[in-house]
Amino acid sequence: MKTPIVIALVLSLSALAAQAGEHGDKYAGESRGKPLQPAQTNAKWQQECGSCHTAFAPGLLPAASWRKIMAGLDKHFGADASLNAAENQEITAWLVEHASNRWRASAAPLRITDTAWFQRKHDAHEISPAVWKRPAVKSRANCQACHAGADKGDFNEHRIRIPK
Amino acid sequence: MKKLLIASALALSLPLGAVANQIQVQEAYRAAAKQENPGFKDFSATRGQAFYSAKSGDTACATCHGDSPKAHGKHAKTGKDILPLAPSANAQRFSDASKVEKWFKRNCNDVLKRACTSEEKGDFMAYLLSLK
Repeated sequence: MKTPIVIALVLSLSALAAQAGEHGDKYAGESRGKPLQPAQTNAKWQQECGSCHTAFAPGLLPAASWRKIMAGLDKHFGADASLNAAENQEITAWLVEHASNRWRASAAPLRITDTAWFQRKHDAHEISPAVWKRPAVKSRANCQACHAGADKGDFNEHRIRIPK
Repeated sequence: MKKLLIASALALSLPLGAVANQIQVQEAYRAAAKQENPGFKDFSATRGQAFYSAKSGDTACATCHGDSPKAHGKHAKTGKDILPLAPSANAQRFSDASKVEKWFKRNCNDVLKRACTSEEKGDFMAYLLSLK
């Protein structure tokens, strides 16, 4: 008699938990967007952001992060990446429009690698610290080293290939 | 000289638009260099070459663009591939004035911590255009 009640209780509790997760409790509210990148991308974003590094998918960060990054391009992680006003406006608008739609935290980090979801997905249980030091990887910003489709916003875990 | 360049571009069936634009971009720097320095005579590929490889701190143009501007370069920090800088290896280089200015602004700031003069920009182009 008691067992069905317990089962029902457990089921409804886990349903509640799943719902909360969908509503952004995951990674303390610092979750990447879904989709990460719209099928139709912006040509200026591709060209300008992609000339020095992978053009990072807009869904990797919340809108507030993109606004901050785009407002400080003259000092962009130690390099001058300044754009003219028209280009800056166009790219900012596109990034903001397609920013993470699952971000609930108030934090707006400047680095993708500082987000809670990134750190959880790439913690020491997932990726051994030695992997980051390999010459083919070198930097945590080098998504493409393991995610070959990173420039297309494809980070599917079945297509991860960690270089030796 | 201009006629000769256009003629040889035609003969080699290079994209004429790009070559004509490179001349235009460099001529604009010539006009600006005369304004900045009344003693300015002409651009020099030799000065441009020295400028290309000269280190400021631990960085030079060659740090990312490579010892040979005819080969691919590699971004020193991100490792991203950089297409060759010499027009003989990459015809589109220096053919879009606003793009040229955008990169001079960024890279002069990064390497020299200051803006480049028009003379330096013209010398730089003279060197790269001289590579066959």
